[in-house]
Amino acid sequence: MNIKLSVQNLEFAYQSTPVISGMNMEIPKGNLVSILGPNGSGKSTFIKCVDRILNPKKGIISVDGESISSCTRRDLAKMISYVPQSSVRIFPHSVFDMILMGRRPHLGWVSSGEDEERVWDVIALLGLEEIALHSFNELSGGQQQKVLIARALVQETDLMLLDEPTSNLDIWHQLDVMRIVSDLVGEQQITTLMAVHDLNMASRFSDLIILMKKGSIHAAGKPCDVLTSENIAEVYGVKADVHCHDGVPIIIPYQQIHGNGSRKTPFFSQIT
Amino acid sequence: MKTSYEPVSEAAKNHRQKRNEKLAEVRKEYKKLLGRKIAFLSGIVLLIIFAIAYIITLGPLGITIPQVYETLLARYLPGFFNMDSVFEQVVWNIRFPRIIGGIFAGFGFGICGCVMQAVLKNPLASPFTLGISAGAHFGVAIAAVFGIAVVGGAYLLIVNAFLFAMLCSLFIVSLAALKGATSETLILAGIAVNYLFSSLSQLMAYFANDEQLRLMSLWGMGDLSAFSWSKFGLFVVIFAVCTPILLSKARDLNLMTIGDDSALSLGVNANRVRMITMMVSSVLVATIVCFTGTIGFIGLVAPHMARMLIGTDHRILIPASGILGACLLICADAVAMNIIGPTIIPTGIMTALLGVPFFLYLVLKGKRKEFWQ
Repeated sequence: MNIKLSVQNLEFAYQSTPVISGMNMEIPKGNLVSILGPNGSGKSTFIKCVDRILNPKKGIISVDGESISSCTRRDLAKMISYVPQSSVRIFPHSVFDMILMGRRPHLGWVSSGEDEERVWDVIALLGLEEIALHSFNELSGGQQQKVLIARALVQETDLMLLDEPTSNLDIWHQLDVMRIVSDLVGEQQITTLMAVHDLNMASRFSDLIILMKKGSIHAAGKPCDVLTSENIAEVYGVKADVHCHDGVPIIIPYQQIHGNGSRKTPFFSQIT
Repeated sequence: MKTSYEPVSEAAKNHRQKRNEKLAEVRKEYKKLLGRKIAFLSGIVLLIIFAIAYIITLGPLGITIPQVYETLLARYLPGFFNMDSVFEQVVWNIRFPRIIGGIFAGFGFGICGCVMQAVLKNPLASPFTLGISAGAHFGVAIAAVFGIAVVGGAYLLIVNAFLFAMLCSLFIVSLAALKGATSETLILAGIAVNYLFSSLSQLMAYFANDEQLRLMSLWGMGDLSAFSWSKFGLFVVIFAVCTPILLSKARDLNLMTIGDDSALSLGVNANRVRMITMMVSSVLVATIVCFTGTIGFIGLVAPHMARMLIGTDHRILIPASGILGACLLICADAVAMNIIGPTIIPTGIMTALLGVPFFLYLVLKGKRKEFWQ
């Protein structure tokens, strides 16, 4: 199997609080891999470590067999693209300018006609023609997410990282974004690593799933093997029913395991 | 990258056709927009040239327009015109350097304000956010009260102002180098340093006599009268070094406004760019401020006006902020010089008095969209 991204013994800590410890993984080329796990389990931190936005304490991360710790930021930006959950919106960039930023690793001060062509190509690919000259700040969450994906696409890397791309979106836009990502993986062989919250979205679209708990990998593999009732109970502390259909698990969560689902502490009776 | 697909059905073909048409339309629109922005900038440059030509003919001393131009021409064609030496003194040695100085100062304030707002990701930032003006003011206060300075004589105030302005920004830059140059650290450190040096200046003011007080407060108002031909040498050198450096960072600045994480992932070392641009613009601003005093409004407002008028791409935005700053400053200065008879009002006062209404008009009218759309 052709390994795109490999991580060996990764460790990361904020000040002295360990966030990630002893992570190992090998991600094959052209796969859509989802990272699942509760809040604070280190999903986003892990993704930022891979793109060297955060500097890990220990461990080796390599892309195509080459360690990334020695390459320059710009070279790294030609290998890995990163789609943040949202963007700082202080100044009103137009959508076109926003996407053009993705060409930064490839050129100097002047943007050649070819760079603009790339941007128009991606605008056509993702169907952003209508909003190309609008201000990014005025778009809806789903449109903004698509623009951020477009920006990652013009970077022309074959490894893409996404940090909770569907978190603020309604169900239509969640599906839209997930479909775009999985089409890209299928058609352009872009290996994709994505932190997600929605178990059903992840199971529906991913080739592989990594389940994280407290900064290390709890389970990894095919969706049906990883998203089992036992694993969900152990990692999330939630009782859930799981049915597997054609390798796609459908998860129906019931209740938290500690407690019977009804609150024991009266919040309001104490006030009077 | 593969971007085209063979449409299967008739409906899909129609859909694709429609989208292609829309794309062509948007592309045309984009080109038109770009053309208009460039036309607008050229317009402002032309406006500045006409403004110079007109403003130089204004002043308390009654010199007619032909006389002004004869005086200027006489510089290059000596003996051709028979000039009054008083006219020559006024036009060539007072008015002209004042206007040229105003253009340099306005341009410098404009581009530095633009850069500061981008790297600090804060629309309230200005060239003075990092305490430069407070430092310079303190330098002037010391010079005024104690008469002590590193260099004596005519350059006493100027050199002192420059040194203390640089001291301030050096302090902040080294703090940032030590602690990591995030925009929050820098803004907070800048505000703290601002307060520190303002209090020190006030302490000086408390013990100063009337004459010293007047000198200090005049400097704080900001004025363009300190410019003369002999001082431009240094000015031109510093501008020639600093401006290209800032312009070369324009693309990186675009990325920095969308957040450090995104900038890093696109190959820009955010903290390093922040340090470089801050140091360069500090030198530039300190150089201007030590001649002009505090003309604070331009550096805050020129970038905002430019952004409303031509958008957020720093490759055009930086020069546009500079050009607008220069335009604002020389126009305000012309009014300040001529509005009440022979009295010349300090430029800094007039800049804000005239600039604020204009700026508020743009804020209210401009919405959040670009002006042209």
